[in-house]
Amino acid sequence: MKPPPFDYHRPSSLGEALDVLAGTGEDGKVLAGGQSLIPLLNMRLAAPAHLVDINRLTDLAAVEEEPGGLRVGALARHSRVERSARAAEVQPLLGQALRLVAHPVIRNRGTVVGSLVHADPAAELPAVLALLGGSVRLARRGGTRDVPAAGFFTGPLESAAGPGELAVSAFFPALAPRSGTAFHEVARRHGDYALAGVAALVGLDDDLRVSVARVACVSVGPVPLVADVVGACGHRPPASADWAGAARAVQDRIEPETDIHATADYRRHLTGVLAERALRDAAREALHA
Amino acid sequence: MPERVHEITLTVNGTVRRVAVPGRRLLSDCLRHDLGLTGTHVGCEHGVCGCCTVLLDGEPVRSCLTFAVTADGHEITTVEGLADGERMSPVQRAFAECHGLQCGFCTPGFLCTVTALLRENPAPTDEEVLEGISGNLCRCTGYQNIIKAVHRAAELTAEES
Repeated sequence: MKPPPFDYHRPSSLGEALDVLAGTGEDGKVLAGGQSLIPLLNMRLAAPAHLVDINRLTDLAAVEEEPGGLRVGALARHSRVERSARAAEVQPLLGQALRLVAHPVIRNRGTVVGSLVHADPAAELPAVLALLGGSVRLARRGGTRDVPAAGFFTGPLESAAGPGELAVSAFFPALAPRSGTAFHEVARRHGDYALAGVAALVGLDDDLRVSVARVACVSVGPVPLVADVVGACGHRPPASADWAGAARAVQDRIEPETDIHATADYRRHLTGVLAERALRDAAREALHA
Repeated sequence: MPERVHEITLTVNGTVRRVAVPGRRLLSDCLRHDLGLTGTHVGCEHGVCGCCTVLLDGEPVRSCLTFAVTADGHEITTVEGLADGERMSPVQRAFAECHGLQCGFCTPGFLCTVTALLRENPAPTDEEVLEGISGNLCRCTGYQNIIKAVHRAAELTAEES
């Protein structure tokens, strides 16, 4: 349970970090909070030749409101975003999800962008980014690109961030007027990875009828699965919308697998229950927004 | 080829310590092996058990999920640094008084976690205590006396401030 040897780099500027990453290529790995990476190293499931520690790049710790949403820098810890009143106002789903990420002590160290790049299909934040249609900004020596969530998560623990690239920030779109969100999950123990989890976004039109109803599911596929269920729940006021029908539509979309923690059937059942709950809660929030 | 070592400086329990470590040295191992502070216990080494929790610049973190080199230049408080000289801290006294420990293996992690918890929230509710200690495992006590100890520590801290 000790990490394998690696060459340690501690750049003091973004430019220096990108130079090091350009030089190390496929053998380089970025270290931010380390709350996912260091367990992988301790268990010898990963053995990068070079670690590039970005903890000195304090400029990347910013959490800033931008037109249309919130930009979270690569060094912004979960706990900082969780406690940010501004973040909660701009996009409440972030706080709702962060409370479910591991334990407070882990959240003191782990970073939001790190969770996205780690791309664990059981993790909450990739589902949040996917549900909201956010993006990740990737920098490399000589250029920057924004990758939309739909193209960012490419497989279990795989993202679009390539060799030589550093995820410098993520953009989470703001909550639209008359919209609400919720995140519900079931885990064996509090703070564990969820057996199933559902993030929901519901929006209402001027007549207070459901016009947006979307969920993102965790732990039921290789990447967060986003399902649009506005057709299934109907263009009706929240009180008479068919939330159970919407939950069944979600169950039909997912392809969960059986493992030692839960059977595929149980995961499908949980996802249905959680989807209905999350959609109803999100609709209630939307009515009060 | 021998592993490259890095000279780092940590302020541990108020004392400046200089130490040379390879990049892969976990902070938990640096404290225990390089600095001889064996009060920090190492249970699972993948962030689940919470035994190795120390305070990094006052915030509780897993020392088994932090590299010593990353902590270079920062302040660390371990369980050895909680007492005020000979006098145990309110959290330590409350754990003793309420029988909040049995074998004691998890206790250093709990003490550091709870010290930080009460600093941030001096009078937590039951629910806040549960959330606060949810990342620390205890296989002996069944947690009930630990929860009592946290509330008692809050009382002691309030009385003495």
